[in-house]
Amino acid sequence: MKSLILKTVSTTLLPLLILFSVFVLLRGHYLPGGGFIGGLIAAIAFILHAFANGLDQTRKLIRIHPGFLIPVGLAIAILSALAPVIFTGDPAMTGLWYEKDIAILGKIGSALFFDTGVYLVVIGVCLTIIFTISESV
Amino acid sequence: MTIFLFVILSSFLFALILFGLGQQKFQRMTWVASLLPISLFLYFSSFVSPIINGEVFTFFTKWVPSLGINLDFRLDNLAILFTLLITGVGSIVFLYTTQYLKGHPKILRFYTFLTIFMGAMIGLVTSNNIITLFIFWELTSISSFYLISFNNTQAESRKSAIIALSITGLGGLALLAFAVLAGQITGTLSISEMLQSSEVFENHEVSALLMVFIFLAAFTKSAQFPFHFWLPGAMKAPTPVSTYLHSATMVKAGIYLLLRFTPHFQNNSYFFTVLLIVGGITMLYAAFQTLFKTDLKGILAYSTIGALGIMVFLIGIGTTASITAAIVFIVVHALYKACLFLVTGTIDHQAGTRDITKLGGLRKVLLPLSIAGFIAAFSSGGFPPTIGFIGKDLIYEATLHGGMNPVFLTTIAVLTNILMVFAGLVVGVKPFTGKQPEELGRVKKPHFLLWLMPMLLATLSLLFGIFPGMIESLFTHNITPDLTGEESPHLAIWHGFNLIILLSSITIIAGLAVYFLWKPSYKKESSMIKFNAFSPKRLALVFANQFERISYFLTRFFQNGYLRRYVMIILVLLTLVFGIHIFINPRIFLSLKEIKALNWNEIVVLAMMLVSVLFTVFTKSRLSAIAGMGVLGYTMCFIFVFYGAPDLAMTQFSIDTLTVILFVLVLYRLPKYLKLSNRTNRIRDGIIATSFGTFLAFTIIEIMNENPVKATSEFYAEYAYKLAKGKNVVNVILVDFRGFDTMIEIVVLSIAAIGVFALLKLYLKKHEK
Amino acid sequence: MEILLAIMTGILYAAGIYLILRRSLVKLIIGIVILGNGVNLLIFLMGGLVKGNPPLIPADGKMLEGVFADPVPQALILTAIVISFGLQSFAIVLIKRAYKVLKTDDIDTMNKTDDIK
Repeated sequence: MKSLILKTVSTTLLPLLILFSVFVLLRGHYLPGGGFIGGLIAAIAFILHAFANGLDQTRKLIRIHPGFLIPVGLAIAILSALAPVIFTGDPAMTGLWYEKDIAILGKIGSALFFDTGVYLVVIGVCLTIIFTISESV
Repeated sequence: MTIFLFVILSSFLFALILFGLGQQKFQRMTWVASLLPISLFLYFSSFVSPIINGEVFTFFTKWVPSLGINLDFRLDNLAILFTLLITGVGSIVFLYTTQYLKGHPKILRFYTFLTIFMGAMIGLVTSNNIITLFIFWELTSISSFYLISFNNTQAESRKSAIIALSITGLGGLALLAFAVLAGQITGTLSISEMLQSSEVFENHEVSALLMVFIFLAAFTKSAQFPFHFWLPGAMKAPTPVSTYLHSATMVKAGIYLLLRFTPHFQNNSYFFTVLLIVGGITMLYAAFQTLFKTDLKGILAYSTIGALGIMVFLIGIGTTASITAAIVFIVVHALYKACLFLVTGTIDHQAGTRDITKLGGLRKVLLPLSIAGFIAAFSSGGFPPTIGFIGKDLIYEATLHGGMNPVFLTTIAVLTNILMVFAGLVVGVKPFTGKQPEELGRVKKPHFLLWLMPMLLATLSLLFGIFPGMIESLFTHNITPDLTGEESPHLAIWHGFNLIILLSSITIIAGLAVYFLWKPSYKKESSMIKFNAFSPKRLALVFANQFERISYFLTRFFQNGYLRRYVMIILVLLTLVFGIHIFINPRIFLSLKEIKALNWNEIVVLAMMLVSVLFTVFTKSRLSAIAGMGVLGYTMCFIFVFYGAPDLAMTQFSIDTLTVILFVLVLYRLPKYLKLSNRTNRIRDGIIATSFGTFLAFTIIEIMNENPVKATSEFYAEYAYKLAKGKNVVNVILVDFRGFDTMIEIVVLSIAAIGVFALLKLYLKKHEK
Repeated sequence: MEILLAIMTGILYAAGIYLILRRSLVKLIIGIVILGNGVNLLIFLMGGLVKGNPPLIPADGKMLEGVFADPVPQALILTAIVISFGLQSFAIVLIKRAYKVLKTDDIDTMNKTDDIK
């Protein structure tokens, strides 16, 4: 499937799609989007790249093993869930919010970190599964 | 009284610490384990004098208050009697075992479970909340299971332990039922508070049920006929376990339960009648069985059952005198039975056999032990001046004034006691008297603990016998009024010449006569075996085997390893349920108006869906099936888009893409589509699938006619921004309101990824290559 | 439309079940995917269909008002879709592996664990 067009397009598309996925993640609290969708888009972006340029190229690009994202994402999610317990003494999963609005993002809170964790886990899971399978075929 | 909670739970902590020591280290310092029962004994002793003066110690803290389950402990007269027995006999057993099992490779396990068991017993007798009582009750069953099966390399041992566990476990279930039922109708789970609504236990419509449950619980635990058979089997345990379980603790739990609830059932005559009958049968039956045993522990097992029968029988008489007799007999029995067990243990340890036909003349080597054995045997037989004599007096006192049928009751009590004299003498006296048989070989002198511990118990039997006032002031003086509301009779060794003395003398003389005339032998033992076909044990085993067979058959029938069969059974059953329901009250309203209101794009999507589904099902190529599946997924996206679910549409789109990629990647490694089933099967499956689909569709239409409850959605709609500062409600639910679910979900996803990775990347075993 | 979608759900269920009842592993997993879509559609229908209005609070509003699509089933389905991907990928790899070891695609020949040597 290494057609030239796909190759060229995917190289350009990859950063755009990643950017888009982060955008979707960040706006998820206000508009359609969120960690799941963002993570899936990012995963698809990488997989598209892998199809066009070969798996090794993509692996080289990512550098780390995608499976590594899973524990990182889980840790972020768990920490943001536990943050209220640690910082304010509220029960776990209580939302914590930074008072002021931030440009573009709107309000920042523990929910956003949680969603980021979800985002990373989803990327990690999808890429691990697809990469593992395509390697072993 | 927080320390009180700590004390009650200390055994469990201690068991953990012991376990942490490790076998190696523990073996060198087994005495450490004895520290706990001794210190607990001293601790509980300190409560004796205030409790005698009428104080009651309680500890209360909430555990699951919404269910009424609390850590509610209460140390009153009855509880202190049992805690002293548990920790006192416990101390002796713990010390004794250091020598008895010296160097045993599993000694650590032994002590750990023994400690847990002791803690459970203490918790059981001090619980004032019936649910915690139940929990400790079950803990005793479970820990005793491990103790009985201690020699777990012997099949016989394991079997006995399983029988014991299933019988006492059955009783545990009954106790739970009793607890829940009593809690429901009295509105409290506190045993002492239940007393205030004791009329419930007399003439409520379920009071009969309450009785059935409490009887099941008490009779299984205390080995009453016909549930007695687990106890002789439990003799497979090491002797210290038998000593502890069957003299002072485990089997007394049932007696404790009955005593504890005597005040509640005070005016319920059925309660007492059943106890009288069951106790009477048990004691006579078990005492009779002792004649036909040759194993010392076998004799002790049946005499224990007999003694428990006597206790139940006494409670069943239900007079002040009989309750007092029961309480005294608990102490009497604990002391002499523990002593006899330990004596047996030492004989076994030194001589290497427990077979009564091979034992004799051991007094020369084991003189101190023989003294202990004699005293215990005398106490068991009710010879003066032991405490057993007073116990026996009280039993006759109770039966003679028992109300219902004094002559009959006294007769069976005398008969039982004659046989108990025999049993005591056979175990405590016979091994030491006469000539030592040649084949016994040289018997070594035991370690001093192995005779000192039984001696200690024997001394107590003697001491209490000479000074019965001690028992009275410590226990009966207070417990009897607690349970019956009346003063206890005065305990004394000599009441003057009267009918009771006459009966006692008859008992002793007749017992001695039986002892000298009746010699236990294998022949007699085997003569009883032919009756085994009708024994409750046999019936229970037959029942258990049949049960297993039927379950095996049913399991094989339903779970035959064919996925199709499972799915079909579930579906056909569901279809029938749906079908009958819809058939009985059809409420389907189909209006053609709606169909007219369709947009062209909706029609296109629906048509695409239909085509892709049918294509997927009927295509003969794998690739087409996957393509059909993919198209189906994308049409789902459109539906989500039409009906206000952009998040879903986006997710579905991405996941569908990934799924198709996944399938295509794996496809070429997968087998070609095979047509494995024949036409008939396909038609049958088609009918099942279609009818289920049809009924499901009808059900959905029917449900959609109802007005859905929107309370949850409205809550989220209102508070998504106010509480969680988000405007995309779906996302707010996912990451905030139900964030915990999402957390679990990503964990599950991670596990799936790890699974995939492991399945494909981990090294294939040789035979798989 | 509700009624047509209800019927469509029934069809998806029937198709899924029919494929699950096959003896071929590949058909089984495709059946599971179709059944999964049917379940999602069922949950979606149970929340009630509302055209247009997604459950998004308007930029100047503080809560959802008026007619809006039910967010609860949507959250449920979103979770279900993602989880089902995990399930499918694991199942398909399991099938691949089982095929590699047993050299068969027939479920009926795999009903005894003891037979695997």
